[in-house]
Formats: sequence, C-alpha cells, structure tokens
Amino acid sequence: MAGERAAGLVRELHRAAGGHLPPFRVEELRQALEEMRALYEQNQADVSEAKAGRTDLIFLIRFRHCCLLRNQRCILAYLYDRLLRIRALRWEYGSVLPNTIQFHMSAEEVEWFSRYKKSLATYMRSVGGEEGLDLTQDIKPPKSLYIEVRCLKDYGEFEIDDGTTVLLKKNSQHFLPRWKCEQLIRQGVLEHILS
Amino acid sequence: MSEAYFPVGPGLGLEENFLSLDDILMSQEKLPGRAESSLPRLAFVLGQGAGTGDSIPEGTKLEIPLWLAKGLHDSKRRIISVELPKIYKEAWRTVFSADATVVDLHKLGPYYYGFGSQLLNFDNPENPEIAQTLLQTFISRFRRIMDSSQNAYNEDTSVLVARLDELERALFQAGQKGLNDFQCWEKGQASQITASSLVQNYGKRKFTEVDG
Repeated sequence: MAGERAAGLVRELHRAAGGHLPPFRVEELRQALEEMRALYEQNQADVSEAKAGRTDLIFLIRFRHCCLLRNQRCILAYLYDRLLRIRALRWEYGSVLPNTIQFHMSAEEVEWFSRYKKSLATYMRSVGGEEGLDLTQDIKPPKSLYIEVRCLKDYGEFEIDDGTTVLLKKNSQHFLPRWKCEQLIRQGVLEHILS
Repeated sequence: MSEAYFPVGPGLGLEENFLSLDDILMSQEKLPGRAESSLPRLAFVLGQGAGTGDSIPEGTKLEIPLWLAKGLHDSKRRIISVELPKIYKEAWRTVFSADATVVDLHKLGPYYYGFGSQLLNFDNPENPEIAQTLLQTFISRFRRIMDSSQNAYNEDTSVLVARLDELERALFQAGQKGLNDFQCWEKGQASQITASSLVQNYGKRKFTEVDG
C-alpha cells in the first residue's frame, strides 16, 4: 500500500515519547521519496492516456495524487517534528550537544541547529542592556544567589566568577553561584540539594 | 521536565492538523468501503489481485485508510462509498449510551474521538447520532478520568490508562503532571533545579557519558 513507508517514519517518531530524538532515517526517507517519484511518473503517463480518451483512468490518477499528498504530509510532519525536538535540546542541554545525540541528526539538522543557536544568541545579546540576557537561565525564579550542589559524576575543574577553581569530583558537595551551575544541573552533572 | 518540547497537537474536530503526528496516525486507521463502479488498474495497489493491470469490479468490499477515503470522497460522483466502522454503528452506540465507562476504548480505537469526528466529513445520514454519542461518551467518561488522574500519586498508572483512548490519555497525563507539580510545591521542592527529563531519558538509554 502506498504511503506505508512515510507513515512508518511518523510512527517511529511518535513512539519515541518525551522529546527523545531517534536516529535520522536516511534510507527510509529516500525510499519514500523514490515512491513519490514513481507515483508521479505513472500519473504523468496515465494523464496523457486519459487525455487521449480513457476517462475511466481519472479515478486512478486521483488516487495516486492522494498518495502523493499523503507522502508529502508524512515527510513534512516527520522533518518538522524532529526540528521541534532539536530546538528543545538547545534549551535543555545548552549550546553544545553530546556526541550521542549528534549522531542521530542529519547534516542538514546539524546545520539548522547551529543557525538556531546563532539567532538565539544574537537575540539574547540584543535584550537586557549592555551585556545581554541569557534566557535559558533561571527558568524557575531563584531564591538565593548561591546553592548547595552535589556532584554526580567526575567532571573535572570548574572555574567560578571570582577566579577560583573547584574540582568537581563524584560525591563531593559544593556551595556555588546558582547561575554558574544551573546548566550543569540540567545536564545531570550536579544535583541541587535543598537544605 | 521537558517543557521545551511542544509537539504539534491533534486538530480534534472536522479539520485535521496537517503537521500533527497524532492526526497522521489517526488518519492511518482503516474503514470499510465499497467500490461503486469498476476501478481500472487499482487492484494491485489496494492489495487485491496480483497483476498490475487488474481492475476492481463494482461492488467489491474494500478496507481503505481514512486519509484515502477523505481524498477520494466526492459528493457529486460516488466512486467509493464509505461505511461506518462497527464501533460507530447503531449497535455500539447503544452500548455507549448504556454505560460508556466500561468500554475499552484503547482496544477499539485507539483514536475513538478523533476518528469519530473525522467521520462527520462524509455526509452520512447518521451523523447527528454519531456526534451525540461521541459527546455523551466523553462526558460520562471524563469524570472518572479526572478523578483517577488527580488521586493516583506515586502509583503504577498503567492499569488506569489501559482502557483510555489517546485523547483521554493526554488528559490523564495533564492531570498527573498537575498533581505531581502540586505535590512538589507542597514539599517545598518547586524551586529545586532538576536535571532535564531529556537528559534523564538519555541516561536510561545508556547514552550516559556527556562528553566534556
């Protein structure tokens, strides 16, 4: 049945819940596009036959046209939903993505991500006075400038504003400026401890 | 907390949402139909008959997906007539009006409401009854869904959602999120910064080592 491949792409993406990014299916996408090309060419052939008088073929042509539109919709939705997921990664992970996620992206998506990063950065520089405003910070309203954190994995040396460096070793606890460690908490390196 | 990812929601009505994954899967569901005239060369693509040149004779029963039925539907020239799937027919409507809460909509659906609303696109004489049944079913089931989603805290919810249709599941999840956020706030954890749920998910899937 026509349209199954493209629908399969959508089904796989739908199954990966919670904004998880599954690998980009180059091969399936190519096959779906190939199927569309075949449908289009068959239609072209039948259109010229229908023009020559075989009006009973019109329904068949319409059927193929529906399949073409359906494939188009599935592929567009697939690509668009992936972009939404990739955009979410920028807010959740920060501007550098782990390699494991990058392996799941196509070259075009990597390109899109870096452009999205750039325009977001340009916007954030333009608001909030001279220094700009990091919109990804303080998603929850802060109550204090410093917070207590525990290290969940060996991260290495980490420099804070006053120039001192702390060694983030697994299971060590630190009292750090909130804005410096918010991103590390989101990435799962540190854990926020409430007193 | 993956608040950054908002999927495109389903259209929930006569119109589908073009980019919604839910709506695409919903319109992949099949419904019974009948060929009103003979259809040349279509047997192969619809999976009946072997040769590419075979035509479907008039009166053949077909199973076609909703998207195709919508695309081929034409009020002027009836080439394919569309019938109601059995769960929207009179017999099942009586079941729903008797007690909608006991029906396993996930097994029957799983897009009971969305698919049902889409059926209203075909001018079927039973349309008003179908619409009425959809609405009444939702009204009588909603109370229980809201109740269970607001009271199952730290429990295994798989039994509760097993018989819900996709729309109801989304409502249930929303209720659960509200409940969890409220409990968090009561315990004074609302201001705690937590690892993003994406990171947690990737961690579970053994993608742990964030390079750095």
